[in-house]
Amino acid sequence: MTHLLDPQAAAADAAPRREPPPPFGDATRSEAAFRAFLHGLPGVDQVGAEARVGVLGTRSIKTTAKAWAIDTAISMVDLTTLEGADTPGKVRSLAAKARQPDPTDPSTPRVAAVCVYGDLAGVAREALTGTGIHVAAVATAFPSGRASRAVKLADVRDAVANGADEIDMVIDRGAFLAGRYLDVFDEIVAVKEACGEAHLKVILETGELVTLDNVRRASWLAMLAGGDFIKTSTGKVSPAATLPVCLVMMEAVRDFRAATGRQVGVKPAGGIRTTKDAVKHLVLVNEVAGPDWLSPDWFRFGASSLLNDLLLQRQKLRTGHYSGPDHVSVD
Amino acid sequence: MTAPAQPSPAFEYAPAPESRSIVDIAPSYGLFVDGEFVDGTGEAMKTVNPATEEVLSEVAVGTEADVDRAVKAARRAFTRTWGPMRPADRGKYLFRIARLLQERAREFAVLETLDNGKPIRESRDVDVPLAAAHFLYHAGWADKLDWAGLGPGPRPLGVAGQVIPWNFPLLMLAWKIAPALATGNTVVLKPAETTPLTALLFAEVCRQADLPAGVVNVVTGAGETGRAVVEHADVDKVAFTGSTEVGRSIARAVAGTRKKLTLELGGKAANIVFDDAPVDQAVEGIVQGIFFNQGHVCCAGSRLLVQENVHDEVIARLQRRIGTLRLGDPLDKNTDIGAINSAEQLARIRELSEIGEAEGAQRWQPACALPDRGFWFPPTVFTEVSPAHRIARDEVFGPVLSVLTFRTPDEAVAKANNTTYGLSAGIWTEKGSRILAITDRLRAGVVWANTFNKFDPTSPFGGYKQSGYGREGGRQGLAAYLTGADSK
Repeated sequence: MTHLLDPQAAAADAAPRREPPPPFGDATRSEAAFRAFLHGLPGVDQVGAEARVGVLGTRSIKTTAKAWAIDTAISMVDLTTLEGADTPGKVRSLAAKARQPDPTDPSTPRVAAVCVYGDLAGVAREALTGTGIHVAAVATAFPSGRASRAVKLADVRDAVANGADEIDMVIDRGAFLAGRYLDVFDEIVAVKEACGEAHLKVILETGELVTLDNVRRASWLAMLAGGDFIKTSTGKVSPAATLPVCLVMMEAVRDFRAATGRQVGVKPAGGIRTTKDAVKHLVLVNEVAGPDWLSPDWFRFGASSLLNDLLLQRQKLRTGHYSGPDHVSVD
Repeated sequence: MTAPAQPSPAFEYAPAPESRSIVDIAPSYGLFVDGEFVDGTGEAMKTVNPATEEVLSEVAVGTEADVDRAVKAARRAFTRTWGPMRPADRGKYLFRIARLLQERAREFAVLETLDNGKPIRESRDVDVPLAAAHFLYHAGWADKLDWAGLGPGPRPLGVAGQVIPWNFPLLMLAWKIAPALATGNTVVLKPAETTPLTALLFAEVCRQADLPAGVVNVVTGAGETGRAVVEHADVDKVAFTGSTEVGRSIARAVAGTRKKLTLELGGKAANIVFDDAPVDQAVEGIVQGIFFNQGHVCCAGSRLLVQENVHDEVIARLQRRIGTLRLGDPLDKNTDIGAINSAEQLARIRELSEIGEAEGAQRWQPACALPDRGFWFPPTVFTEVSPAHRIARDEVFGPVLSVLTFRTPDEAVAKANNTTYGLSAGIWTEKGSRILAITDRLRAGVVWANTFNKFDPTSPFGGYKQSGYGREGGRQGLAAYLTGADSK
């Protein structure tokens, strides 16, 4: 009996699948081929990855470099509120802060985006019209992603119709962990289509993928499917963004651009609360993927409390002394 | 309202130098003999900061007479105080020294960086903590030697004459002194000519710890001083770390005497990268293997053996990574590559690199500006290296990597073992069974799997062939300082 290495290769698909960019056009021709591709990516040695971020974490960013890093980090923040208790008032208040993070210093950069649930995207859009600040909405049955594809796509279209120009989707981690990689791929492709003009950030929820090998595979899967950004976490699962995970994702976008010419952004989200954490991430971006990623177009922080710490550190650099939490606004 | 300008897209790290004011360097130093700093009878030598060529201090050069005084002091201490002391009390002194090293870690790190040229990140995060760890580890052994599995009632040898190199001045001191003291021996230590300062600061720590006089003696100087230590008739044990050439002459000098000898010499380690390696971590490991401490590491992974089918990819990634290394002021906390330790060593690195080019290998160096003063050599990669080239055979002891290829595991093993040295090796593969199979066939004292240049006091270190004999560290390392002890 002959064993076909790839029994599905000969079978014609009912509907043609959108091909990944060259040179990976045939990676998704069958479940087996896609699995072989993703599992053929170089492995990640966890100990080595942790050692690398450990060394990068010892970089000493002072004076002018620190000032630059703080302003850059502020400009990369996706100021986020994702609570059941969110109201239009809360979103408007957040939007006001996004426009003018520090009322005592108008030279403070604005944040990159405000990130809300889809039903509040309209409120955010109205409050941010004309500012250039993006409106990001989470969609696809965020945060679990446990709904039918029709519901997820409707969720996306609704958010876009409400005025979101960035969609943060979650992947189907169940399908990924079960090895149904093409299902995950097809869903991202479908969501990307539903986004229309809106930018798509693909949340991998790395806290549920657990291994760095999985993080690398999921990153490539999302990039091949057309995601504009890959994002670590929903913020609802612990651990959320960690430096080793961000390292692996930065390596993935770097390698993907080298292979395809297409640049994809990265967004760590959840758990980044201090300026020190943010600076460590920027060092990592700088030394792993390179300065091309050091802009809000290609790197974002999904965060809420981080902004206030950045503002406090910024005030400290400006005035030479620390001020208390009452010198920045509550969200 | 107009949008504020975005920050410019360039992340320039501002200088972040560690302050050198924590260290007081005296204008001149004598020898540390019998618990006192005394003048040497020879002419003093200068020690310089290799990053700037600034003279740091003048240091005495020990003569034969000075060495004799030091050995006599060590002998007295051995027979009167340290030898008869309760082992647990010896352990207390070692614990005390370890704690003092930790308390004064920053001082030691800055001084080491000034005198040696290595980046402060390495002296702070590797040299000094590891040196303290060696004392802590051996402190624990001091009263447990009967149960170390080294035979019944192992006894100290007496006076140990120890000669150490300039690449890890304090750490090599710790590797030598900690096991010697833990096993009840006393010590005459000769630090390297170009890096005597941390050994002299260590002498101060010995006084601070109230270590009995004569237990540790530090005699600075150059080759002649070292020879006097090694050849002194009343030395029972010689321990040397340094070049194979000097090691040979020491072996000759010691041959036929009753002295016990351990030698830790050169290396030309193979770092073997298979096509299923975790490639990003392998690239880190290659960088760590050869550029750690400017390649001034006897176990440096100076020969990269990369499987031919991934050669181009690995080299491209390696070159990109090397481009992000930061070379410059060793005291800057963000510096990755510091200064070459001496003009003499720089000349040797240059000479061997030129020979490499003349033999037909391809030299690659990143575009990088070198400081005007001091001794500097950029990270260098030679590709198209043949096993017959001298840069594939001779120890460069600098930031110079020679890249060779292999096609099969057998070829990798054959090429890795095709060296007169045998100190260390590295294997990079995601396949565990391959790690075990290859390790078993490598003639090297240390084999690292998916990591490189990792040291721990519990792990014995030492070589095969011309890399020397004897082990340092771990239970096995104790045997070198004990009599009636079985090294197994």
